[in-house]
Amino acid sequence: MAVLELTNISKHFGAIQAVNDVSFVLEAGQVVGLMGDNGAGKSTLVKMIAGNFRPSHGTMHMDGQELALHRPVEARQHGIEIVHQDLALCNNLTAAANVFLGRELRRGVGPLKVLDYKAMYRRAGEIFKELKSETRPRDLVKQMSGGQRQAVAIARTMLSEAKIVLMDEPTAAISVRQVAEVLNLIRHLRDRGIAVVLISHRMPDVFSVADRVIVMRRGRKVADKPIAASSPEEVTGLITGAIEQV
Amino acid sequence: MTITLDQTIKQKQQNWLAAILGSQTFWVLLSVLLACVFLSFATDSFATTKNLYNITRNVTFVAIIALGMTIVIITGGIDLSVGSVLCLCSMVLAVVMHAGYSIETGIAASVGTALVIGAFNGVLIAYLGFPPFVVTLGMLSIARSLAMVASNNTVVFQFGPDHDKLLALGGGAWFFGIANPVIYMIVLALLTGFVLRWTRFGRYVFAIGGNEHAATLTGVPVQAIKVVVYMISALSAGVAGIIQTGWLGAVTTNIGSGMELQVIAATVIGGANLAGGVGTAFGALIGAALIEVIRNSLGLLGINAFWQGTFIGGAIVLAVLFDRIRNLRQSE
Repeated sequence: MAVLELTNISKHFGAIQAVNDVSFVLEAGQVVGLMGDNGAGKSTLVKMIAGNFRPSHGTMHMDGQELALHRPVEARQHGIEIVHQDLALCNNLTAAANVFLGRELRRGVGPLKVLDYKAMYRRAGEIFKELKSETRPRDLVKQMSGGQRQAVAIARTMLSEAKIVLMDEPTAAISVRQVAEVLNLIRHLRDRGIAVVLISHRMPDVFSVADRVIVMRRGRKVADKPIAASSPEEVTGLITGAIEQV
Repeated sequence: MTITLDQTIKQKQQNWLAAILGSQTFWVLLSVLLACVFLSFATDSFATTKNLYNITRNVTFVAIIALGMTIVIITGGIDLSVGSVLCLCSMVLAVVMHAGYSIETGIAASVGTALVIGAFNGVLIAYLGFPPFVVTLGMLSIARSLAMVASNNTVVFQFGPDHDKLLALGGGAWFFGIANPVIYMIVLALLTGFVLRWTRFGRYVFAIGGNEHAATLTGVPVQAIKVVVYMISALSAGVAGIIQTGWLGAVTTNIGSGMELQVIAATVIGGANLAGGVGTAFGALIGAALIEVIRNSLGLLGINAFWQGTFIGGAIVLAVLFDRIRNLRQSE
C-alpha cells in the first residue's frame, strides 16, 4: 500500500539544482535505503518530506491527499517523523523527558496543568520494551551508550501513530555492536507497518535491513529497485557514476 | 537469576541518598549549617534573635534576584543588568509615589518597567541573536543612567500619601516575627521551584540549556521561552527593588551597584552551571545564605571587612571544585 507518493519533485537553491525531477513511492512496512554521495541531494529530499523545505516543483501525495508542508510540525501531524543525524537529544534530561520533549504529558484541570512524570516514565518504559532496548526512562541521556541514545531518538517517533519514519545516518557514529541494535530497531518499526527511509553511507547496513534501495546522484534518482535484485557493487557503481543508470 | 528486560527498564539507577550526596547544593547547605553552629559557640552575638533577623532579611534581596538569575543561567544565558534594573525599579516606585500617587500605582509602574526591560533584553537575545552578555551589559549601563535621569540623581525618601504602607511592606514583620522580605523570598522560591519542576515551561528551560538546537528541532518555542526568561529575571530584580525600597526607606542612584556579581555568585555556589542545563531554586537560596553568613560572621569574629571578598571568592571556587571533582570521577 502506498503511503507517500512523490511526483516530479525538484528543489533548487538559487542556481544550484539540489534535487531534480525525483519521483518514488513509499510503501507501508517497507524499509527504503536512500543512498548517494555527499551532495547527491539525499538530505534535501528528506528535508522536503519532513517539512523543512518546500519543493520548487512537483507534488507529494499522502494516502491519496495532496500534501503541502510549511513547517516540521505539520509533517509530524501527518504522521511523518524524523530521527535527526545528531539525534537532537538534551544530555541534561532523562530518557523519558527527551522522548516527550515538545509533547509532554500533563495532568490537572483547566489552565493549571503539571507534568505527568508517572505517565511519561511508564509510556517511555513501554516503548523501550517494545523496542527491546535496555534503556531506563529515568536515566540521564548523558550517561547512555550510543545505541541507547538512538533508542531514545527512535522512541520519539513511536509516541504517535507514525506512518513514515525518516532516519538520517543513524549508524554513522556508533560502535559495531550498537549498529546491530539500531538495525533491530529499524526492523521493529517496519514490523509495525511503518514506512522507513534510511539514509546511509554504509552499504552493509542498507543491504541487511532495507527492502528497496534508491540511489541518487547529482540530484537525480539513478536507481530504484528491490534490494534482492541489486548488489553492493552495482550500488557503488551507481553512486560514483561508473554505472550511469539502471 | 536472570535479569529480564522489564526489570532493567524499571530499575532506578540512583537511590535518593546517592542523589543527595552527589549534589553540590547539599554540601553548600551543610557548610552553611556548620558555619552557623560554629558561630553560635564562637561568638555571643551570632545566635541572637536580632542577628538572625538581620541575616535572614539581608539574604532576601540577593536571593530573590538569584531565583530569576537561576532560570536565566539554566537556559545557558546570563543577566548582568539585574543590579541596575533593581535601582531603576526602586527609583520609578519612589518617584511615582513621591509625586503623590498611591502605592498600587507605584508598584504597577515599577513592575511594568521591569517587564519592559526584560522583554527588551529577551527580544534582542532570542530573536536578533545578540549574545546575552553584551545585551545585558548594555542594559546595566542604560538602566542605571535612566534611574539618574528619573530622579535627577537625588535621594528620594518621601513617598507621598502611602509612605507608611511602603515602609511596612518592606520593613515590617507581619507573621510570627519573621521579616516580611523573608516571607516573600520563601513564597517566590517555592513558586520558582514548582515552575522548574512541574511545568512544561520549566522543562523547556532545561531543554534549551541542555541543547538549544534539539529543543528547536523537537518543536519547543525556544525564542518565546527565552524572552519570558529574561522578563522573569528583570521582574525578580524589580520585586527585590520594591521590597528593598520599603526596607531602606530611601532610594539613591547607587543601590544595587555590583549586585549582579553577588547574585551570580550565589547562583553558582548554589549549584547552577554557567554552561546551562543545571540549577535549582533551593540552590539559589542556599548560595545567597552562604554569602550572607560569611559576611556576617567576619564582622562578628572581628576580622577586617577587607577580607570579605577573599572569603566569598574562595567559596565560589570551592563550591565549583566539588562539581569538578565529581565530574572527573565520572569521566574516568
